[in-house]
Amino acid sequence: MTRPETQQSVRLTIDGAPVEVRPGATLLEACRQMGTEVPTLCYLETLTPVNVCRICVVEVERNRTLVPACSRIAEEGMVVKTDSDRVRHSRKMILEFLGSSVDLSAAEDEVGEWMRQYEAEPDRYGPQSEPSAAGERDRRHPGHHGEVNGRTAEGVHQPTKVDNTLYVRDYSRCILCYKCVEACGIDAQGTYAIAVAGRGFDARISTEMDLPLGDGACVFCGNCIGVCPTGALMFRSEWELRRAEMWNPDAQSVTRTVCSYCGVGCNLELHTQDNRIVKVTSPQDHDVTNGHLCIKGRFGYDYVQNLGDVDRSSIDEVLAKARRPSPE
Amino acid sequence: MDLRFTDAQPTAAEREAVESVLGPAGVESHQRVRTASNLRIFATGMQSVADRRHLLLPALETVQSEIGWVSEGALMHICRELSVPPAEAWGVATFYSLISVDPSPPVVVHVCDDIVCRRAGALELMEGLEANGRIPNTRWLPSPCLGQCDRAPAAYVQRAGEEDHVLVSIDPQARPMEPDGSIVSTNGQPESLAVPQAGEPHLRLLRRVGTVDPGSLDSYLEAGGYRALEEAVEMGPAAVVAEVKASGLRGRGGAAFPAWIKWEAVANSPDAVRYLICNADESEPGTFKDRVLMEDDPFSVIEAMTISGYAVGARQGYLYIRGEYPLATRRLRSAIHQARRAGLLGESMRNGVSFDIDLRRGQGAYICGEETALMNSIEGLRGEPRNKPPFPTVSGLFGKPTVINNVETLCNVLDIVSDGGSNFASLGTPQSTGPKLFCLSGSVRRPGTYEVEFGATLGDLIALAGGLPEGRRLRAVLLGGAAGSFVLPDLLEMPLTFEAASEAGVSLGSGVIMAFDQHTDFGDILARIAAFFRDETCGQCVPCRVGTVRVEEALARIRRDPQPGDLELIEEIDLAMRDASICGLGHTAAIALRSALELGLME
Ligand SMILES: Cc1cc2nc3c(=O)[nH]c(=O)nc-3n(C[C@H](O)[C@H](O)[C@H](O)COP(=O)(O)O)c2cc1C
Ligand code: SF4
Ligand code: SF4
Ligand code: SF4
Ligand code: FES
Ligand code: FES
Repeated sequence: MTRPETQQSVRLTIDGAPVEVRPGATLLEACRQMGTEVPTLCYLETLTPVNVCRICVVEVERNRTLVPACSRIAEEGMVVKTDSDRVRHSRKMILEFLGSSVDLSAAEDEVGEWMRQYEAEPDRYGPQSEPSAAGERDRRHPGHHGEVNGRTAEGVHQPTKVDNTLYVRDYSRCILCYKCVEACGIDAQGTYAIAVAGRGFDARISTEMDLPLGDGACVFCGNCIGVCPTGALMFRSEWELRRAEMWNPDAQSVTRTVCSYCGVGCNLELHTQDNRIVKVTSPQDHDVTNGHLCIKGRFGYDYVQNLGDVDRSSIDEVLAKARRPSPE
Repeated sequence: MDLRFTDAQPTAAEREAVESVLGPAGVESHQRVRTASNLRIFATGMQSVADRRHLLLPALETVQSEIGWVSEGALMHICRELSVPPAEAWGVATFYSLISVDPSPPVVVHVCDDIVCRRAGALELMEGLEANGRIPNTRWLPSPCLGQCDRAPAAYVQRAGEEDHVLVSIDPQARPMEPDGSIVSTNGQPESLAVPQAGEPHLRLLRRVGTVDPGSLDSYLEAGGYRALEEAVEMGPAAVVAEVKASGLRGRGGAAFPAWIKWEAVANSPDAVRYLICNADESEPGTFKDRVLMEDDPFSVIEAMTISGYAVGARQGYLYIRGEYPLATRRLRSAIHQARRAGLLGESMRNGVSFDIDLRRGQGAYICGEETALMNSIEGLRGEPRNKPPFPTVSGLFGKPTVINNVETLCNVLDIVSDGGSNFASLGTPQSTGPKLFCLSGSVRRPGTYEVEFGATLGDLIALAGGLPEGRRLRAVLLGGAAGSFVLPDLLEMPLTFEAASEAGVSLGSGVIMAFDQHTDFGDILARIAAFFRDETCGQCVPCRVGTVRVEEALARIRRDPQPGDLELIEEIDLAMRDASICGLGHTAAIALRSALELGLME
């Protein structure tokens, strides 16, 4: 039962303990308020919940199925379990489904921790299927698929899309969390350069007609990179450094500063390695940007690198590659 | 929103096709002229640019049917006209299997290779087509169930610039004969056949089928049509809802939800704008009952929608019909047109009621039968189901309170109004009231749509359909469709009621009764079912997007050489899909498979 809106708070029970939350709060909010961990992948405070990854499911009494904590609104008297057998089973299977079909090696650290916590064994579905050829997944027609023999576990592996100097799209790592679509469209950028295309297992993030980014509507604000939880969207600089096995987060420092291009006052986080800027992010908790920037703040740092007051070193060679339109 | 389009331009023919739906290019919508061909745009009453997104699918569909595929130029033209971001329009176009974004030959034949058709020679037919090599100007593709299982094998033919049509009861030996390769010869059955019970006096839902002229309003009026609407208007909306409540009518689309609960919620909504949707997507493999009603008694569907819309206070109704039902579409369109002209539909009808119907064609997506996916599809979004709550009665089509019901559910409203809810409730059992249509197919002598009162047993229905052919023994029945489950002959005595089914742990689903005899290769059937769900999942949520693939792989292993653990793996996947998926597709995707494995049908 929901109480009238004038009510100051909603009371419910989570894992046996009572909790009081503001009206309209989600179960996730309620859990966090109590310090109860709930894994999330497609949820971000600054984006409209799409509730598609389902990793956040919890058990609510008198509900036939589990419910997504990230978007289900807390109701008076709800009895919620966040760690029941059913919850653990679904989370484990979701992690296995993702781990057996997507390259999670560059995903946020929590993902690996959850894999251990829920005892996920992605390998039990068999060896990975062969990666598909460049562009092949983008041409698949809905409602049809090839022969299935069960010897391998089909995945989304494919060559990285490198079509500009600013960032790359490695959809082998894409879990289809829709975050980039939301950040590009309705929730932040308003550009709508990318959307989900295709259907079913062949669904993918795509520009119109699978055009290279520069030929479509993309304005290279990099906001999609900022929200991607798996490293599918990656700064070209980071991607080149990783390829050269020179990417070293431990040796990086982060400097917070204010963008010098215009008067809005966006906060920037300059990630530097060997005194070179290797990527630029923006703090998600900053109320001007909510983690979002424009092309200038995000990518317009080359003039700093070109001051010539530092000796050229091997990192410069790699970063120079990132300035060439196509990969070598 | 500052949209960016590519420079690609439409051809003259593409421009014309788009114009036929959206009106003249570049004209502000309020200045557009109302013509017969674009009537349905204006019928919706939403004319601002931002509100025109819902025309995206009709525009894509029209280009597809006129030109045969949707080129970049056509897509960009539609995007410019509707102010839709190209990436989003691409996402919508690539969601539907009947829309091609690659150059296509003018004739595309979708040959059904689903459960019934493959047992009726569809595979042989396709091998023949393959062996004949490339046919000029023609492409054939395998298709999921086309809703013609009583006349298997079947094919749906798209022809650029011409009317699409369906081929039924195809001779599996048939080869493309015509010089243009366009027609696969058939044994000459007409597209629509009356139902086996046609003309029998006890029929309610099917009483006009085969007896009225589906193309003539006069014929419908002569058969007593539109009297129910008159009575409804005399009673007033609240009384109609009360009768529906008294009738105990439950949904016939699969979920068996009491109709009155939804109706009352919307009728009492504080929001003045409400919608009524008739779900005619009928894509559950083995289901073809709604098609019979729509093809052979289209006015009853229109009248039933009008009464329902009136009762819940909706001024606008949508009829969403699957794209593979061209004959039903033509007949319904004609019925809508005739009803409008006769003042029985439209802004101010002769009885003072205001209600209009917009017909929308699906474009090849089973998931668009799920109610919230259907709403997204109408709105011009990808057909992805929404998370519930909120339920459609609170926030449905365009965010407004919406009643959505199946075709058969709505058609029952005619008798409920005419005879009274309590009379309706006296038919069947207390929990399953009224008449029910069942779709008999597979190994029976006379496949078809049969009407019985709730309470008839599974055995009764198989007997109605003439029993099994000579020398065939019943091995199993698929009850409820691909989303249902297999049962053994020991359930022949089970009454087909919601309560008896639920007690037996099965579901009547959409009324599918598919019979299999001792010669059935169940491994092949199960593989087709697994492939179906893998093809038809929208792909939005992880458990279903990947789970359906993993189920298909596990089944392939079981068929080849069963390993310990594969059965358990399917159970584990099923559990997660049931618990964590967003919608009914994921919840039911592995049920039939599991039931067959547990019943030992593969052995
Ligand atoms: C995957 C899926 C497909 C569905 N397809 C249909 C359909 O084709 N026709 C239909 O009436 N209901 C279909 N439904 C059920 C609808 O979601 C909804 O319950 C129904 O339209 C409600 O009408 P009713 O109460 O009159 O049955 C489908 C549900 C799911 C989950
Ligand atoms: S860089 Fe910005 S505009 Fe380009 S796709 Fe990402 S979010 Fe959209
Ligand atoms: S690219 Fe990244 S942000 Fe976008 S859907 Fe894939 S995983 Fe999510
Ligand atoms: S359960 Fe399947 S069909 Fe339903 S929303 Fe999830 S992916 Fe789509
Ligand atoms: S985080 Fe809730 S569904 Fe993804
Ligand atoms: S029409 Fe082919 S299986 Fe239904």
